[in-house]
Amino acid sequence: MLKVENLSKSFGDKKVLENINFEVNKGDIAIITGPSGVGKTTLIRCLSSLEKYDSGKIEISERREEKQYPVGLVFQGFNLFPHLSALENITFPLIKVKKHSKEKAEKQAKELLASLGLEGLEESYEYQLSGGQKQRVAIARALALNPEYLCFDEPTSALDSELREDVGEMLRGIAKKGTGVIVITHDKIFAEKYATKLYELGEQLELRNS
Amino acid sequence: MSYIMEIMPLMMQGLRTTIWVFVFTGLLSIPLGMIICTLRLSKSKILQGTMQLYILIVRGTPLLLQLIFVFFGLVYVGIVLDRGTAVLIAFTLNYAAYFAEIFRGGVMSISEGQYEASKVLGLSKRDTYFGVILPQVFKRVLPPVGNELITLVKDTSLVYVLGLGDVIRAAKTLSNTQASLMPIVVAGVIYLVLIAIVTYLLRRTEIKYNYYR
Repeated sequence: MLKVENLSKSFGDKKVLENINFEVNKGDIAIITGPSGVGKTTLIRCLSSLEKYDSGKIEISERREEKQYPVGLVFQGFNLFPHLSALENITFPLIKVKKHSKEKAEKQAKELLASLGLEGLEESYEYQLSGGQKQRVAIARALALNPEYLCFDEPTSALDSELREDVGEMLRGIAKKGTGVIVITHDKIFAEKYATKLYELGEQLELRNS
Repeated sequence: MSYIMEIMPLMMQGLRTTIWVFVFTGLLSIPLGMIICTLRLSKSKILQGTMQLYILIVRGTPLLLQLIFVFFGLVYVGIVLDRGTAVLIAFTLNYAAYFAEIFRGGVMSISEGQYEASKVLGLSKRDTYFGVILPQVFKRVLPPVGNELITLVKDTSLVYVLGLGDVIRAAKTLSNTQASLMPIVVAGVIYLVLIAIVTYLLRRTEIKYNYYR
């Protein structure tokens, strides 16, 4: 379980998050909606250790393995490495962080890309991929490291409306395999359709339904 | 034509000096520039300040003056260098400062997202720098580095001040003794050919990096 207790974060004098509490289990799709500027992105940046928080706790229990970053993040702009092919985007962290051999990393990366419908695009570079394909490479890169929880920053914002359904199904697939999914979005229709836990972030983070 | 053949041996001797100053300065100043850039971007205020001062001094004074200082000036503190060593030290220290600033521009042009993606993936600082940032910096700095290298070819003519014989010096000597402008024209052509070769090699390198955008 990922448990957030009384999390607060300010930038200078500006309080962005105040006493945030919530829980996500593995297999959940927790979707947090809310208007722009309310701190949604800051919240998942705290979860994925990109941002330090001022007070409160983030606890992760029942971990599969001890590691430094148990929470992955798929960025809104994906942040793929442009000088590496789709395959290398996935193998590079596997080789450097997980210390896999090149062969093992490539085998795993190819399987992951295939499972996300990206066969034949292994050697493509970022500029050769469409928005949806970039997103899948970014998802594959994050999943390769076997995170306990995976955060998504506005996963539907760069996509055509037909592809939103694909993203939703992909999230379900990821959750089904036992990874906790945490999504922030302003897309309420998407949120209501796919969330197993729906939160709204305003002054406070409120659970809408579960 | 026979006249040109006649002056060629002396010109070629000069060319050897031009080429070794160019090649060794390039080989030494680019890595040194990377080190200076890394120190300039370090968190330590002392290192930052020292590098800033170094860059200010080097860019703020003429290379000609630096050559004179290294060769003649250091004698006063007991450091006696031969001409070739003095030339290499002055050129390397000078060009490294310019390269350091070019690399700094390159590093700063890489988006924050690349660092953040590396961090979320758990990459070490070392793997991030050498595997993610530097390869992208190389591509971006190639045009300005090329500019510097071309300027370097021409700056090598400053070695005359320490009495080393390069292409220009050979041309001037020949021109004076034979009362002809031809050696100067030949010197010009030699520089043009050298720079055409450097430009071609730079272009080849750029094409090699064109596999991504």
